[in-house]
Amino acid sequence: MTDFGTFLAMGGYAAYVWPAYGAAVIILAAIWVDGQRRRRAVDRALASLDQSRLEQQRNNEI
Amino acid sequence: MHRFANPGRFLRLANRIQPWLKALTVLGFVAGLYLALWGSPPDYQQGETVRIMYVHVPAAWIALFTYLALGLASASSLIWRHPLADIAAEALSPIGAAFTLIALITGSLWGKPMWGTYWVWDARLTSFLLLFFLYLGHMALLGAFDDRARGQRSAAVLAIVGLINLPVIKFSVDWWNTLHQPASIVRMGGISIDPSMLWPLFVMAGAYHLFMLTTVIDRMRTLLLEARLRNQRLAAFERAGSSHARAGE
Repeated sequence: MTDFGTFLAMGGYAAYVWPAYGAAVIILAAIWVDGQRRRRAVDRALASLDQSRLEQQRNNEI
Repeated sequence: MHRFANPGRFLRLANRIQPWLKALTVLGFVAGLYLALWGSPPDYQQGETVRIMYVHVPAAWIALFTYLALGLASASSLIWRHPLADIAAEALSPIGAAFTLIALITGSLWGKPMWGTYWVWDARLTSFLLLFFLYLGHMALLGAFDDRARGQRSAAVLAIVGLINLPVIKFSVDWWNTLHQPASIVRMGGISIDPSMLWPLFVMAGAYHLFMLTTVIDRMRTLLLEARLRNQRLAAFERAGSSHARAGE
């Protein structure tokens, strides 16, 4: 078996070691992606609110 | 005290340190994963399953540490009405729940080959599952009321009551006869594991800590901006209302 094959086999415990690392990665990635989605949503909403306020000001001045 | 908890100041400080924290987090994970998967030897008893410890043990540490922070934030919210405390508590519980879930899943995947079972209802595992439900309960209470302040108060009370669970988790392995092994990294007489296994553990713990910190700061920023958005919408609504009233006169 190649070196990499031995590494993947994890001494026969591949079925436990890799799912453990996979679960950690997936859960941390999910928490990060969720945070970024909420961050973008609030940034967009605030920007569009500012935009509409500017337009209203301009209309009032005219 | 409130001077340091000024939301505007928090946002400026957060923007300045976030790029550094994120870079350090990535570096920490690269170094930690290298040490955990390549740069450390298999254990003479556990074989390669010892590598599960490097994602499991630090996750359990962070889960407990985050709960302590949640308890302190909740206490500051109830006692001092600290303006950032509720924001901090709301940002902390999903992160704590995530690390608790990682500890539960990875522990179970280690338990199967080493103990012969994915799960036992021993004191350590049961109290840790309770920690997970405390986090979920905190998140659920925050969203359960139309009046946000009421949700924050009930969630804070739950978080403070749940602090009792922390010493139970810590000492469960000494007080009861558990399948889970007692503390084995630091015992009386100092550190009791080999440096080749201590390093991956500490570097992964550092990376988890940095991840926790940077995601909590990011979520606090989002929550502050969400509050600002609610206020501005309310103000815009009131302006619209009063201008209609004037037009009607």
